Amino acid sequence: MSLSLIVVQLLNGVQLGLMLFLMASGLTLVLGMMSFINLAHGSFYMIGAFIASSLLAWTGNFMLSLLVAVAGAGIVGLLLEIGMLRKVYQQSHLQHVLITFGLILVFNELARLIWGPFPVPLPVPALLAGSVEILPGITYPTFRLAILLVGLAVAAALYVVITHTRSGMWVRAGASDRAMAGAIGVNIELMFSLLFGMGSALAGLAGVMAGPILTVQVGIGEPILILSLVVTVIGGIGSIRGAFLAALLVGVIDTFGRILFPPAIGSMMIFLLMAVILACRPQGLFPARA
Amino acid sequence: MRLSTCIRRFQAAGSAALLAALALIATGNGSRAQDRELKIGIIGPFSGTAAGAAQQVLDGLLLGVDAADGKVGGLKTTVIREDDQLKPDVGLQAANKLIERDKVDVIVGPHYSHVMNAAYRTMVDSKIIVLSAVAGPSLIAGKQCSPYFFATSFQNDEAFEVLGLYLNEKGYKRAYLMAPNYPAGKDNMTGFKRTFKGGIAGEVYTGLSQLDFAAEIAQIKSANPDVVTIFYPSTFGINFHKQYGQSGLLKELPLYSAFSLEEIALPAIGDVAVGTYQAATWNFDNPGEVNKKFVADFTKKYNYRPTFISAYAYDAAQLLHAALLEVKGNLADKPALIAAIEKASFTSVRDKFKFNTNHFPIQDYILLEVVKTDEGKLIQVTRGTMQRDYSNVYVNDCKMPKP
Amino acid sequence: MPKDLPAFIPGIDRRFAGIALPVIVMAALALLPWLAVRLDDPFLVRLFTRIVIFAIAAVALNFVLGFGGLASLFHASFMGIGGYVVGVLAHHDANETPLMLGPLAISGTSDLLITIPLAMVCCVLLAFITGLVCLRTSGIYFIMITLAFNQMIFYYFVALERYGGEDGLQILSPLHFGPFAAPKGAAFYYVCWGALCASLLLLRQIISSRFGIVLRAISQNERRAIALGVPALRYKIAAFAISAAVTSIAGALLATNQKFVSPADLSWIRSADLVIIVVLGGISLVWGPVIGAIAFFLAELLLSSWTIHWQLPFGILVILVGIFLKEGIISSGSPAAAWTRRRTRHG
Repeated sequence: MSLSLIVVQLLNGVQLGLMLFLMASGLTLVLGMMSFINLAHGSFYMIGAFIASSLLAWTGNFMLSLLVAVAGAGIVGLLLEIGMLRKVYQQSHLQHVLITFGLILVFNELARLIWGPFPVPLPVPALLAGSVEILPGITYPTFRLAILLVGLAVAAALYVVITHTRSGMWVRAGASDRAMAGAIGVNIELMFSLLFGMGSALAGLAGVMAGPILTVQVGIGEPILILSLVVTVIGGIGSIRGAFLAALLVGVIDTFGRILFPPAIGSMMIFLLMAVILACRPQGLFPARA
Repeated sequence: MRLSTCIRRFQAAGSAALLAALALIATGNGSRAQDRELKIGIIGPFSGTAAGAAQQVLDGLLLGVDAADGKVGGLKTTVIREDDQLKPDVGLQAANKLIERDKVDVIVGPHYSHVMNAAYRTMVDSKIIVLSAVAGPSLIAGKQCSPYFFATSFQNDEAFEVLGLYLNEKGYKRAYLMAPNYPAGKDNMTGFKRTFKGGIAGEVYTGLSQLDFAAEIAQIKSANPDVVTIFYPSTFGINFHKQYGQSGLLKELPLYSAFSLEEIALPAIGDVAVGTYQAATWNFDNPGEVNKKFVADFTKKYNYRPTFISAYAYDAAQLLHAALLEVKGNLADKPALIAAIEKASFTSVRDKFKFNTNHFPIQDYILLEVVKTDEGKLIQVTRGTMQRDYSNVYVNDCKMPKP
Repeated sequence: MPKDLPAFIPGIDRRFAGIALPVIVMAALALLPWLAVRLDDPFLVRLFTRIVIFAIAAVALNFVLGFGGLASLFHASFMGIGGYVVGVLAHHDANETPLMLGPLAISGTSDLLITIPLAMVCCVLLAFITGLVCLRTSGIYFIMITLAFNQMIFYYFVALERYGGEDGLQILSPLHFGPFAAPKGAAFYYVCWGALCASLLLLRQIISSRFGIVLRAISQNERRAIALGVPALRYKIAAFAISAAVTSIAGALLATNQKFVSPADLSWIRSADLVIIVVLGGISLVWGPVIGAIAFFLAELLLSSWTIHWQLPFGILVILVGIFLKEGIISSGSPAAAWTRRRTRHG
């Protein structure tokens, strides 16, 4: 494989990884802080993409559509949390699985009722169409570069917030020992609602960013959900840093696995990776809990 | 009222509801169709991600029934819909329900090969006429052919054999192939390699859950092909065309495909699809009268222009209509009905239509190109005929038994 | 009032409810073919054959999920492999070529008295191998690692072109139980019903035995059990293997019923469906999943006949059950159930 090909594939892997990071960051904090398995996380990805598509068709402005879609996904998440989910935290993981499984079905069917069963358009904004020459002789689609940059920006922002602000400190405290954090005066309930909303918004952002590359239709949330769960678990539940590294690892290994190995093995690669990592470190790479 | 009592009563009510549901299901027995009635069952993935395709087939079928004024073959027609959820065991159950409870005479579908394979034997062993508007697995075209099965669609390999022949004519020497890693994908590429005389620069099969082909597309250029041929149905096709277009490769490497792109998906793919080519057996701009009427009626009724699977489903209805008229609505005499269907004495939206001995169509293959109209709409226009009266290789494996 | 009885029938004698209810349900199921004949509805028998088969798998899953505290997304593999063993051997029997496993040539067979035990053996071996890796983890990590292994097996079978790959494998040779041809219709239904009864009795026996008590102790607090000298991993693997064996029977019966097997029988969606069925029915009682299977498939059938958008009311029903019926439709309200609930929450 030539150097330019390796560079391009590396970029592809990192871009996939950053997309997964957007999804996994919300998931890991929610799982870590409230021990809540949210299978419906993929639905926010889908909702973000659909809202952006409709807004774009209506206004023609990609940036505006993106902002509204992200806010929309966040609001849906927030309402869901306040209205229903916060009442079921006390129940077992299995009940969470049951409830969020039901939510997947409901969201998919509602999306179908609103937007129909056929895929809807979400085109690449004209400004970002085409390719750019990143190194002599190597071109890469501009939009994918944009995804990379957005993903990195969000990761940096999250890092700054989590490690260098007081609220970030509360989040880390809550993720590692909720009862204790509550005992020392952190408003766990509020923090959790906001976290859930933010996680949903990030998932929506991932959906809007992926929309121009992939289809936007009912059911796109579930495949990405599985990958996000893999990333969350590999990275260690409750850890943003873990999710980031795991996402990059999964993205790069999946990409190179697909092109270097026959399809059967290529599809299995990330599951093999997860099995190996969990066999050696059963709590993931950087578990938040001691 | 205390919560626990409330819950307990809810549980009691829930269990009672369960038993009531059982009773309801138990009594949901269909009646045998009266002599002057026709029941058509349609099995498709109506829920879930493939719902669009199932809808298109249903719309085509219903329009075909409308065209016969609701009386296919002169018999009052009911269409009963069953969801197979893209799961083979659910598809089999749906077939059993249609056969045993609803007592249908004809089944259209299932549309996806693996679900069709699960339900096939049950349907033909029950002597139900099966009209497939989409699925055409090679085993059913060959060794396991049955007189009760008719396909109005195509057999998987054909389109790619035709493309191979066509690309030979155009002088292409190195082809790069991509398809999903499942039997239909493999069959299609095998078909292509059967006829294409040039070299294969690369042959890549992608995983079934894979939707982002950026990595594979990046590999294409280094293999130095002069043409790219792919097969990616429905969602995969949309994704592939989008990503291929975005990579900029289309300027240097033409993209040919079959059954991977349809007009209804063009808005979702966008302008990057312009200039790609597809092999097909039907397009909206086919000149025949029957087709013009079909497209006009369909667009008026459903607000979108029909795709090829809607066209095949419409043909299935028309085929049945003509055959039933010929046997004067006698559903009981299956051999006579089968013989009438074999004659295919109806005018298809493809104009010409004949069945081969394995009950798959012998039809023309045309070349389509995606263009942008002056109004900015993306459509596929017919560029020419690639092969006339084409049929598939599996016909030799089929020793058609008597009904 | 005694606590350990199905919570929705208050004031009933414990012994009556604890044994009588499952007996009533199983008797009702046994009478189903008679009902089908009375209503002239043979489809009912087919529908309930499928329900009973899934009930066997769900009951087996509950053995590790409800009583062992292990939420496994691997059970589709056990079911699928059970089916594939039957299917592949029947395929070789029809072709009259032997199955080559390296230097070993195994001749094909359509005799279920051979293939079903063979399927059980394969699944037990698989349970040992994967259990050694998976059972060291717990909680959500366990769920995910079982998912990973399930997907690996799924993709393996998708790539197995010789046996149809994604299109699946049809079973064309006539299956038989020794000298008896495999029954169809109501007779086959009774075979499945018998298997369900046997599974329920077996698992109930194991749960109340010393092994079962230790297993439940491990699921409630593993560290404490280990401190008391229990080799926890060995018990968990053994439970996993028992569950695998019973699940493989369900898979073999499904393949026999359908005369078809495909990778869809191995997918994580099937695993998830099984988990949903178990949790829906209730994890605290051995026979809870039977109710779960009945409820799941009947709701699915009823709602999908009613509307094309059936997943909406179905999803809402599932959510309501999850919120209001905390321990599933059938629960024992026993302290054991509460313990299990807490264990799987913090695990």
